Amino acid sequence: MTRKKRILVGKAGLDGHDRGARYVAHILRDAGYEVIYTGIRRTPEQIVEAALQEDVDALGLSLLSGAHMVLFKKVLDLLAERGASDILVFGGGTIPPGDVEALKKMGVKAVFTPGTPAAEILAELERLLGEKERR
Amino acid sequence: MIPEPVAELKRRWERETLKKALEKAGERREEFRTLSGIPVERVYLPDTSILEDYGRKLGMPGEYPFTRGVQATMYRGRLWTMRQYAGFSTAEESNRRYRYLLEQGSTGLSVAFDLPTQVGIDSDHELALGEVGKVGVAVDTLADMEELFRGIPLDKVSTSMTINSPAAVLLAMYIAVGEKQGVAPEKLRGTIQNDVLKEYFARGTYIFPPRPSLRIVADIFEYCAERVPRWNTISVSGYHAREAGATAAEEVGFTLADGVCYVETALEAGLELDRFAPRIAFFFAAHTDLFEEVAKFRAARRLWARLMKERFGAKDPRSMMLRFHTQTGGVTLTAQQPDNNVVRVTLQALAAVLGGTQSLHTNSKDEALALPSREAVTLALRTQQIVAHESGVANTVDPLAGSFFVEELTDRIEEEARGILEEIDRMGGMVAAIERGYVQNRIERSAYLYGKSVENKERIVVGVNEFTDPGEKVEMDLFRVSPQVREKQVEKLRAVKARRDGKAVARALEAVRAAAEEDGANLMPPILEAVKAYATIGEICGELRKVFGEYQGG
Amino acid sequence: MKALLEAARRGDRRALARLVSLLENEPGRVVDLFGKGVEWTSPGLTLAVTGPPGVGKSTFVSALLGRLREKNPSGRIAVLAVDPTSPYSGGAVLGDRVRMMEHSLDEGVFIRSFANRGRLGGLAPGIRAVLRLLGLTGWDLALLETVGVGQSEVEAASVADLVAVLLAPGQGDGVQMLKAGLLETADLFVVHKADRPGADRMAAEIRAALDMAEPGEGGRPPVLLVSSVEGRGVDAFLAALEARRKDLAERIRRRREGAREEDARLALLHEAGARLEKVLEGKREILRALLSGGMSLEAAVEELLRAAWGEETDKGGKP
Repeated sequence: MTRKKRILVGKAGLDGHDRGARYVAHILRDAGYEVIYTGIRRTPEQIVEAALQEDVDALGLSLLSGAHMVLFKKVLDLLAERGASDILVFGGGTIPPGDVEALKKMGVKAVFTPGTPAAEILAELERLLGEKERR
Repeated sequence: MIPEPVAELKRRWERETLKKALEKAGERREEFRTLSGIPVERVYLPDTSILEDYGRKLGMPGEYPFTRGVQATMYRGRLWTMRQYAGFSTAEESNRRYRYLLEQGSTGLSVAFDLPTQVGIDSDHELALGEVGKVGVAVDTLADMEELFRGIPLDKVSTSMTINSPAAVLLAMYIAVGEKQGVAPEKLRGTIQNDVLKEYFARGTYIFPPRPSLRIVADIFEYCAERVPRWNTISVSGYHAREAGATAAEEVGFTLADGVCYVETALEAGLELDRFAPRIAFFFAAHTDLFEEVAKFRAARRLWARLMKERFGAKDPRSMMLRFHTQTGGVTLTAQQPDNNVVRVTLQALAAVLGGTQSLHTNSKDEALALPSREAVTLALRTQQIVAHESGVANTVDPLAGSFFVEELTDRIEEEARGILEEIDRMGGMVAAIERGYVQNRIERSAYLYGKSVENKERIVVGVNEFTDPGEKVEMDLFRVSPQVREKQVEKLRAVKARRDGKAVARALEAVRAAAEEDGANLMPPILEAVKAYATIGEICGELRKVFGEYQGG
Repeated sequence: MKALLEAARRGDRRALARLVSLLENEPGRVVDLFGKGVEWTSPGLTLAVTGPPGVGKSTFVSALLGRLREKNPSGRIAVLAVDPTSPYSGGAVLGDRVRMMEHSLDEGVFIRSFANRGRLGGLAPGIRAVLRLLGLTGWDLALLETVGVGQSEVEAASVADLVAVLLAPGQGDGVQMLKAGLLETADLFVVHKADRPGADRMAAEIRAALDMAEPGEGGRPPVLLVSSVEGRGVDAFLAALEARRKDLAERIRRRREGAREEDARLALLHEAGARLEKVLEGKREILRALLSGGMSLEAAVEELLRAAWGEETDKGGKP
């Protein structure tokens, strides 16, 4: 049996707009992934702990509140602390183009801003997860 | 009912002219539907019921059932309020933006608060990290509020505050600022959103569980009926459900179901219907499917009027009037080719005005990227001004009435919304429906279907799934909130705490807690005392959390 | 695997999580956990929590977690939450965790979501193996949460020590659910969302149905009213759980003994089956012969086994 890939989709911080996160969770399911959705208003600690317990291959954060620089950094730091930097981190939401670059430098592997077609999201994640496996 | 001569005309047309046209070329698609899925016919025909039933279905503007508008003269008397939602960083900076907007012709203020404020925690709280001043202005104490309205006479402006769970606290602060300016509470005009129910299914800034939250709403209704009679105590919102994915009919259905719940709550608390109902206001989105949106607003007005009269027995016509604010739909705006958004917002503003809104916020073109820059928000305001002064649509009341298409859509949306209300009634009301996940599931499903329809190009979004520019590089001056805001705010907070009378604060907080524990007590007076003593929003909400607990959501 | 096991025993939650994944994908490997002289363990108690969608299972489990952790801070509780896999895509959205996030950072709690991977309404493959692992790594209580649609109650009953069935007023037809075989499977009944109207009536209906049926081993199951949202009835449930555990101690012991052999048998067959599948992939002519009628079923099986054996001998008898 081919091993199922597991992806955690979460919302960190106080922002409660989860339409995007829920939609991404659905399209990932439609593409055959097992998706763990954390709900809104989670701390980076809760999200990372959940990612570890669920042994996920990737972790996606949706942020529309402008707090993305702080929160992504916290999540990446926590993952590093727990020796789990192999978990692929990606994100989405209202993130200005300049910040997208900064996030990628931090270690976020992909950022999907509003309007990115599902096909593109899926293709990119598949590519990144494939790369990860080969490493 | 279509008159027979017209039906005959149609039959002949189908046999001859239409047939020829279809043989030459088919239509663009198999079937046409509105954004919300209502089927759209090729051509609409006169329906006698509009004439026969005119008084019952449409009536005159300013009269029951208010389909055509809640005022007799509508925009001929007074244009809608141009109220741009704004707020960011510190009170000082937001104050500057408010004064700028008022100078540029804005006729009302609309305050956006940051997320920590909206969930009742202070800027120095651990969970506020990264969030202070980002989506709105940070307000921790009365000192911030005073700063926010410096140089703005509260007896001359009306202020809408988008605040829900801690609405009582912010309202108290506003009253206190008014007092300091020498403006009595009776003179204050404005609105607090105060719509907790939708937080649970569409917005997420809840604090306490539903039942105690509804108690706070009733307390505010009662207090304002007495002391702040010109204040709109609630803005029952459909905007957020729509943003989350609801269809137009669902937007109306869920909003009015929330409204019904609030009315029932107030009645159960012993308040008299015609004393508080006139102060209930509403808040909807405006999307780009022009005719559907106009129909939606009309349907909402008619349905609410009918509910208030038939279900609750309202006597005062003002209790039956659905007055509303509109915001153009943020979710419709794109990060790709942002200039396109100006066109979308224009169509949406037009829809809101043709639909008879009392006040309007137009989004800026950079909506999908950041908070509005000064240039972008100015253009958004100009959009409203051009619609108002150059298009002519404001010169007559409800201009689209009588359009066979629009009247048909109005009927359809009212019917669907009514069905949703009945469904929710069967479940035992809105709180029960929310607890079961009924509302959330419906919204999620609608959002999913819409997303799929964009993926497979059933729905075209210009610049996103068609007419794209793959090489485009968006070069815009985007608004940025300085990261120093948190430090500034934390420092301010420390200074306020150092200056204030600690004992008075402790006493005031204790009084808040005691009132919370007492079912029949009204929370507004002790909260007002607490804000005047410069207790923080986190401290006041902390007391309430102790008594009411926190809602465990997700 | 041994290294992961050591780490997991030391409290490394990622190691535990990795082992769970391993067993989920290769349940047969459970045999590797138990070497010479290592007993086939189970968690202190395994409780299945099941019921139709919408009754609030996750909220209930979260309330149980909260109360149990309060009462006994040193006890360790694992939650296995199973949700259906989409039959169309093979993927799943696992949302039970959403209701339990407040326990995320609790050292004494481990929560894991499973997709049932196509087992018709049933349990995820490997759940049995994961329970063994939890036993081995010292978990006191395992809460197994599944969507009850008939088949999964039966499966849950076969892996758990006790089964609690949740129903709620206004969620479908309570009495109908009873007819679907829940009456026999449940060791405890919970009328959840007891703050809603109709709760008392539902409890009465269940009790009446139980009265009419033959009491099974351990006597009639209790019917409890719980409102997680108001925090009422949780203590009564826990007390009833303890009582039930005592009443059914004999059955639990018996089933556990039988289960050991069953688990080993299933692991063996699963692993053997996986091997045969691999062989068959390289010998598709057997399949074609079977389809065309050129070979009888018995002959096909013989051929497959012979081929598998041949592979073994080719490799010098070592896998």
